[in-house]
Amino acid sequence: MTDLLVKSCGPMTTLQDRGRLGFQGFGVSPSGAMDRRALAMANVLVGNAPETAAIEFMNLGGSFTCEGGDLHVALVGAGAAMSIDGTPVPPQTSAILKEGQVLDIGHPRTGTFAYLAIDGGFAVEPQLGSLSFHLRSRLGGLNGAALKAGDRLPCRGSGDEREPMQLVVQPPEDGGAIRVMLGPQDDYFPSETICLFLESDFTVSPQADRMGFQLTGPRLEHAKGFNIVSDGIVDGHIQVPGSGQPIVLMRDRQTAGGYPKIATVISADLGRFAQLRPGTTLRFRAVERAEALAAARGLKDWLAALPSQLTPVRFNLTTEHLLSRNLIGGTVDALASAPHE
Amino acid sequence: MVPTPKILPCGDSAVTIEFGDRIDPDVNGMVLALDDIIRARAPEGLLETVPTYRSLTVQFDPVTTDYDALIRLVTEETKDLAPRNAVGRRWRVPVVYGGDFGSDLDEVAQTHGMTPNQLIEIHSSAIYRIYMIGFLPGFTYLGGLDKRIATSRRVQPRAKIPAGTIMIGGEQAGIAPMDMPSGWHNLGLTPVRPYAPERDPVFLFAAGDEIVFEPVDASRWEALEKAARAGEPVAEEMRP
Repeated sequence: MTDLLVKSCGPMTTLQDRGRLGFQGFGVSPSGAMDRRALAMANVLVGNAPETAAIEFMNLGGSFTCEGGDLHVALVGAGAAMSIDGTPVPPQTSAILKEGQVLDIGHPRTGTFAYLAIDGGFAVEPQLGSLSFHLRSRLGGLNGAALKAGDRLPCRGSGDEREPMQLVVQPPEDGGAIRVMLGPQDDYFPSETICLFLESDFTVSPQADRMGFQLTGPRLEHAKGFNIVSDGIVDGHIQVPGSGQPIVLMRDRQTAGGYPKIATVISADLGRFAQLRPGTTLRFRAVERAEALAAARGLKDWLAALPSQLTPVRFNLTTEHLLSRNLIGGTVDALASAPHE
Repeated sequence: MVPTPKILPCGDSAVTIEFGDRIDPDVNGMVLALDDIIRARAPEGLLETVPTYRSLTVQFDPVTTDYDALIRLVTEETKDLAPRNAVGRRWRVPVVYGGDFGSDLDEVAQTHGMTPNQLIEIHSSAIYRIYMIGFLPGFTYLGGLDKRIATSRRVQPRAKIPAGTIMIGGEQAGIAPMDMPSGWHNLGLTPVRPYAPERDPVFLFAAGDEIVFEPVDASRWEALEKAARAGEPVAEEMRP
């Protein structure tokens, strides 16, 4: 069995998969990867199921080696780059990490979260059905903790012949503004507040973590106060506490809470929202269920199609090859246009 | 007379069915009854249900779930729904009130024009019902707080309060199962750990159980805390 060794990493470098479902009734947060698209892409590149646990990097990169064999690795998300013994690996391309080589992961640059997938995933015991680390409940991860220098992660390894792959794919259509459905407590706000919410710029504050993103913007006034009897919370709920500054609840959110929730980010846009860095300005756009559902379907189809878009790196991509796969339009340099998150 | 529940959309992947806007055993009983039905019927795409004080949040895969059929099922099943009132256990939970153990006690007492001892007396003479476990693993949401000491939440939540904090917010009361952020007021501290991943059972309390707080002196803290650290529940089960 091959082990992945952590030489260095940031404080919130964690194992994350789809999340921990089925225990919210006991107050257990689902947690899970903040950007499911990037998680899926990294996994598909090394031949894993899209929701296999990977290492999630938040803001900072890290450095790794392996012992006992070679590993097939891929890094996707937020424009983070990886290199092996100082040689850069092209974006959205997997690579073979040989025993004794050093894998360096750069900082996420265009967003906050990047994912390192290893073929076969990690041979780590799940807690309550998931490897996802949840900070506040000390569940999941490696022995209930985030990763740190000196950690040793046993890897399953698929046993398959390993071959570096490239994923040439554009992100799904998103349409700019972060789409929300109003509710469940939009009736706790006067119509002027709803208008203000939908027509104003909000900025992601530095208080943004896996639990929630505090936004700053115009003060959102309540019509009937901000004390409600606590009720259920879901990913993407936008709650408005007494300060009038909204908080978007993310994967490590609580299971129930007591501030009125003006709207909910649609499922297809939550990963994109998670990649907005502190200081980024955004707007919300209200949509009906039909549009949210179409976006959810679009994302699901996009994820399902990923494995068919894999190209072995040995093909040494040419413009002709890409055009033959009908993945890009117009005349572009295939290598220069290799897209990233 | 069964009230018609409100159907509140929570984005494309969840819906909350709300039976009321207050803390009430019958409202909570309806929530638990509907939870039983939805779990048993398990409509396609269902991911999980989250029962709370007054509403049931149903989470589902938006692509594989027939939303309209789900709402029809809810509407049909809630027409003649009878509340499920679980008979639970009653727990005695020791609390050291005030001082370093409950930094907001004096201020909350002052808000209500009473002495800290009067507030302790009122808080510790009620029988609390565990309406739900939520927010964090093992966090008990308690109903039964005397209206005379109901206190609006803090405008600025605190980033961290210690595990075991006995607190009140609005008309709710609770016990912090671990260090956590909170907008509630800290009245005291208990050595009881409602959630201990290394202990069997991991979760000490269940929805439907009752809790009584017993004021204890700070001098007893260390012995109780030591017992709790050794895996003892510390909370005593009483005969109701």
